Amino acid sequence: MHIAVLSGKGGTGKTTVSTNLAAVMNCRYVDCDVEEPNGFIFLRPYDVHTKDVSVSVPVIDKDKCKGCQKCVDICQFNALVYTRKGLVLFEKLCHACGACMLVCPGGAIAETERSIGKIDIGKTGSIECVRGVLDVGEPMSGPIIRELKKNVDSSLTLWDCSPGSSCNVVKSMSDCDFALLVTEPTKFGLHDLRIAVELTRKLSIPFAVVINRSDQYSGMIYEYCSKENIKILGEIPFDRSAAVAYSKGELLYDKPPFKDIFLHIAGRLKEEVLCS
Amino acid sequence: MRICVSSVGKEKTSPLDARFGRCQYFMVYDTDTKEYKAVPNKGLLSSGGAGIAAAQTVINEKADAVITGNLGPNAMELLRASDITTYHASTGTVNEVVKQYMDNGLPLIDKAVPAHFGMGHRNARG
Repeated sequence: MHIAVLSGKGGTGKTTVSTNLAAVMNCRYVDCDVEEPNGFIFLRPYDVHTKDVSVSVPVIDKDKCKGCQKCVDICQFNALVYTRKGLVLFEKLCHACGACMLVCPGGAIAETERSIGKIDIGKTGSIECVRGVLDVGEPMSGPIIRELKKNVDSSLTLWDCSPGSSCNVVKSMSDCDFALLVTEPTKFGLHDLRIAVELTRKLSIPFAVVINRSDQYSGMIYEYCSKENIKILGEIPFDRSAAVAYSKGELLYDKPPFKDIFLHIAGRLKEEVLCS
Repeated sequence: MRICVSSVGKEKTSPLDARFGRCQYFMVYDTDTKEYKAVPNKGLLSSGGAGIAAAQTVINEKADAVITGNLGPNAMELLRASDITTYHASTGTVNEVVKQYMDNGLPLIDKAVPAHFGMGHRNARG
């Protein structure tokens, strides 16, 4: 059973919700916000082992290249250019599709591996903690997320997605059985929640909402969700003690009043997932 | 000599497009025949690497010089590697900037602007 935690807007509390729920539900946690994974700060896994993630990139044999530009034309990402000094590759634009190699009539293009990041796997008690880390300056998260997917089995897993509704989020959510949309009672939170709802519906994944930093403005989220027939599984109050714990890299689930709140959300989430 | 101008349209009276990678056309002026030719920019519709595709268009047209507003880092590198000199103009029609270049010369572009400079937004994710 796989549950994606996403939000649309950044900073609504995806990591707060998913790390605390993983602790309460005693299940696997996967941080797929590979550009800046921070779930490990809170879960503090030990015995972490690392696997390198590489993509294949073309290598050009300039002596064999006759300058036909078939590779340039086939490349959908403009990663290859034929200049007056020969073929030039822009490694970071290459999506490793291998089309250039297939179309080259002279066999001038071969393949090599290039490391773009890693995945870490560790444990906190009986909770397995996994994260993907994309190297700084690398533009493509896809291969790291793909590698994360390969390294988990079908047992209960929370996928802490990246913000937004980009390819990275879509890739993280695909194959998930349920989605938990974390929002906050602000205009921006609501605006981006609508986008997250639209995306989740498009992917036909059943979902529900959690309101983080809930305050006197939470009514607008309730109003929207009731109109759209979306269930709200719970609210985490806007409380200074949550911010203090967060700033120290501490989880909330073992502190009152958050303990009961996360237990409640976890219970309702399990019901929803089973009924979906 | 062949001079390539980034242009909004395909006439010699079309205005200069200050963006290199995302211009509509390149107007290629041949100083021997004194004729203009319009070439669609391959970079215009590409989802990424527009400057690179535009540079390929210009290289394939055997240009010796480019007149445009701004150049990104990738396009700059490619044009340099192909010994194409780059000149800056900010306004005017294609034939006006070519005339300026022929009469008095134009300032050289020696520094690239950041990637995605002309896209109207920064830090695009996706």
